[in-house]
Formats: sequence, structure tokens, C-alpha cells
Amino acid sequence: MLQYAVKRFLSLCATLIASSLVIFAVVEVIPGDPASFMLGLNAAPDTVAALREELGLSGSLHTRYLDWIGGMLVGDFGTSYTYRVPVAELVAARVSVSLPLALYALILSTAIAFPIGIVAASRRGGLVDVGIMGSTQLGIAVPNFWFAMLLVLFFAVGLRWFSAGGFAGWDQGLLAGLKSLTLPAFALAVTQASILARIMRSALIDTLEQDFIRTARAKGLTRRQAMARHALRNAMIPVLTIVGLQFSFLLAGAIIIENVFFLPGLGRLVFQGITQRDLVVVESVVMLLVFAVIVVNFMVDITYALVDPRLRIRS
Amino acid sequence: MKLPVQLTAGAALAAIFVAAALISFLWTPYPVEDLNVSMKLQPPSSAHWLGTDHLGRDMLSMLMVGSRISIEVAIVAVGIGMLLGVPLGLAAAARHRSGFDEIIMRTNDLVFAFPALVIAILITAVFGPSAFNAILAIGIFNIPVFARVTRGAALSIWTLDYILSARVAGKGTVRISIEHVLPNIMNLLVVQGTIQFSLGILAEAGLAYVGLGAQPPVPSLGRMLADAQTLIYTAPRLAVVPGLAIVLTVLGLNLLGDGLRDHFDPRIRRAR
Repeated sequence: MLQYAVKRFLSLCATLIASSLVIFAVVEVIPGDPASFMLGLNAAPDTVAALREELGLSGSLHTRYLDWIGGMLVGDFGTSYTYRVPVAELVAARVSVSLPLALYALILSTAIAFPIGIVAASRRGGLVDVGIMGSTQLGIAVPNFWFAMLLVLFFAVGLRWFSAGGFAGWDQGLLAGLKSLTLPAFALAVTQASILARIMRSALIDTLEQDFIRTARAKGLTRRQAMARHALRNAMIPVLTIVGLQFSFLLAGAIIIENVFFLPGLGRLVFQGITQRDLVVVESVVMLLVFAVIVVNFMVDITYALVDPRLRIRS
Repeated sequence: MKLPVQLTAGAALAAIFVAAALISFLWTPYPVEDLNVSMKLQPPSSAHWLGTDHLGRDMLSMLMVGSRISIEVAIVAVGIGMLLGVPLGLAAAARHRSGFDEIIMRTNDLVFAFPALVIAILITAVFGPSAFNAILAIGIFNIPVFARVTRGAALSIWTLDYILSARVAGKGTVRISIEHVLPNIMNLLVVQGTIQFSLGILAEAGLAYVGLGAQPPVPSLGRMLADAQTLIYTAPRLAVVPGLAIVLTVLGLNLLGDGLRDHFDPRIRRAR
């Protein structure tokens, strides 16, 4: 196990280095240089020169890369050109919205998907199953930002249960914060819950056909007992992997959903960064997102190996 | 042979969307650039079947041209994914467990770390928003998807006896990959292509919604939704109509994909 974990960790580091090189290279290929790009065509030469100095563009390519990466490792993401504050501060404030949103959506998605996946599998072929499968087909086809608008229309404009947008802030208390994230999290969760429910169902159906389930039933276990004690645990392996992988989709999805609800998260920050040509912000947020995806995938792989010993041996 | 309901329904839904997009090349009820503010926010009528938007543009015409942009972006993005991903996957399978295979798979992992949206953010930050950049972002994300599917399927074909006979007959790996492996995994690629196509339409809508896709005055379904958002209190129809168009199309394509998979592989049909 340790050998597997070390091997996966080394590959994690390699992927991180490679992706940071890609991001750095893309920003470097900008026609002209980042300073004149950020300031636009009408900038005075001495302003450009000052920004070049500020961004440390005078150094060679590899020292700039090492400065950037070295800074990121110790939490120094550079200074935002438009906000005039350290990017790390901006990011920290925004992460406190985006990350809870993605986690909330992940919990909702799992809480929705598990029961309906189990019900569909145990009533396989019946009316309930067909109904559930039909709804999940629809859930997969719905763009989440559009579903978010419908939720606003129904629950905020119509029923007035939630506000149509904005974030109360965590200092208003946990409940107020969670309440402003509920509609966004639900909008995000629907697609992932549909996918997860379908995977849960087919994993359960595959497991229910295995010999050990027949043995368990022959021993006198009821269908429900066999499902709870044997089938569910074995079906969990593919399901857990998907739950982990969904996190990166939810994080990326959160960036779009934040726009529907005017939430001050990473998404708003990065889109403002794009319109204001604040490359320092864009570069850092993108690196952070990629970092999150890579680390979550790594954790999924490790959990996977912990749950399923066969994988450890094979690798 | 009787076609399953799923396949027929999916194909029909997708066909409506494609037909609307194709017709828009020749004819739309009104020109989409026509702004007629005096006719703004008209409800559906015989003159404007789906009503008009906040600038007095005909919604049906916008929808038809918007569908065309969605399809163009999704088709080219799937094309990029297939043209680069399939040969890479075939080559990796042919040289299984070699350094080359390892490099391709690790590069795949690297691209997987960049969700299409993140690629789009990066490209747009540098080159500015456009439909072309949306295509590029979705297309790049599709490459590892096709490479992985191709490699996995090709690996199982390489273990079969007829590949061995082809080898004995003196065929090289390239010829075997093209003449024997590729035709046998084509079904799978068609199914994956349909799935990626529907994902492409969703991704294009999302990118256009946040302003990273096709730019005005070109209509796109995602931007129609973004415009509608500010008017959701007064004219919810503007948000409902383009959204429904996306849902029905993606639903159609997904049903078509599932139907095709079952059609090509009857074993799955029995198992489900």
C-alpha cells in the first residue's frame, strides 16, 4: 500500500509541475508582454515599464517561473493589478464561498442519488425504476445554470423562500450562509445526482447478480438484508470513485453558478480578472483550480486502493 | 429489425434541432440582426411564433441561428477530439506498456486536470472571448476522452486471434490498427461521439452564458439565457424557451447515444 501511495504521490507532483508549466507558458505566449497586455494599447511607455518592474518581468524566463511557483508554495500569489491587494487575500475570501458551495452540492448530490439509486435497482424494470431513470435522463440534460434560473423563478420570485442572489456572509451565522448557498448548491447537485443515481443503480444491479448474493439469499437472508449487508458495500467501489471525481465538476460548475446568484466566489473573481486583464489573478486562480482537481483525484485513487485491496496488488 | 423507442425518440429530438439549424442557413422568419425596439417583449403570436426578446428580435430566428452555433462548436470540438485522440489511443494500444504508451497516458492525465471551463478561462484571458476559443477549449478537453476510450477498446481487440493471424500474415502494427482494430471499435467511438456532442452543446451554452463563447451580434443559446436573466421577473419566457431547446436537444442526443449503444451491443440491452 505504501509503495502504491508513494508512486501515486510522485505522479501527483509530476502532474502538478507539468500543469504549472502549461499555465505559465500560456500566459507567456501573449503577444507583446503581460505588462503591455494588461495596460492596453494606450498606455504610456513609462507606466508599462513600471508595471514590468512590478511584475518582475525583467528577469529571465526560468527565474520568473521559479519565483511564481516558489511564491505559490509559501502562499504568496503576487499582487492583483486592479485590486492592489495580495491575490492570496482575494482568493482566501472567495474560497470561503466556492469551496463550501461545492461541498454542499456534493453532499446534496449524494443524499439524493443514494436512495433513488437503491430504490431503482431494487425495483428494476418496474414503473418506479422507469420513472426514476426517465427523471435522471432529464437531470443530465439540464444545463445547471438554467436550472438555477428556474429555481430562482420558482423559489425566490414565486414562493419567496430564498433570496434571488447574493451571499449573506459567514459572519451572519452558519444558517444564514447555508441558506444563501442552498439554491445554488441544489442547482449544481441535480446533474451530478442524476449521474450518480444511474451509476449506483447499475453497480447494484451488477452486484445483485453475483454468486455471493445468491449464497447470502440461500443462507436465509431476505432481499433487503442481502442488499444492505452485501450488495451495497460491494457496489460502493465504483460509486465512491464517481463521488470523488464529481468534486472537480462541482468546483468548475460552481464558477458558473456563482454568476447566476451573484455569489462573491472564485468564479466572479476570475471573470472580473479576465475583463480587467488582471493576469496575476487569472493565473493564480486557474492554478488553484487545477491543483484542487489533481489533489482530489489523488485522494480518490488512494481511497479506492484502501477500499479495494485487489487494486493495490495489481498496481 | 424493430428499432427501440429510445433510439427513435432520441433521433427525432436531435433531428428537430439539427433541421432548425440547417434551415437557418437558408431562411429564418426574421433576420437576427434586426433590432426593432418598438416590438420588444411581444408574446407569441402568428407573426412571432415564440415572441420577441428585449430588443425586439424574433425569438424563433434567434433560436435557429443559436442552435447552428451550438452545433458548429460541438461538431468541431468532437472532430478535434476524435482526429487527435483516436490515433493517439490506437498508437498507445499498439505499443502497450512501452514508454510511448506511458507518455500518452500521462499527458492524458495532465489534460484531464484542466476542465474545459478552466481551459476556456485560460485561453480567453490571453486571446479574448470568441466562438473559436470555445471550440478550442472543448476540443482540447475531448482529446484525452477519445484517446482513453480508443486505447481501452483497442487493447482488448489486440488480444484476439484474428490480430494474431494478421501478424502472422506479416502486417505491421499501423496496418493492423487501421484495418482490423479501428473498424471493430468504431461502434464505441460513434456512441462516445454522440455523448461528447451533447456534452459539447452543454459546455458551449455554459461558456457563452459566462461570456466566453460566441460574441454579439451572433446569437447563441447560452448568451440568450444570460440576457434573459436580468429580465427574469418581467419576461420569464425569454429564459424558459432557449433553456428548453438545450434540454430537448441534449436529451435527444443522450437517448440516441444510449439507443445506439444498445443497438450495437445487444448484450448490454439484455443486462439493463
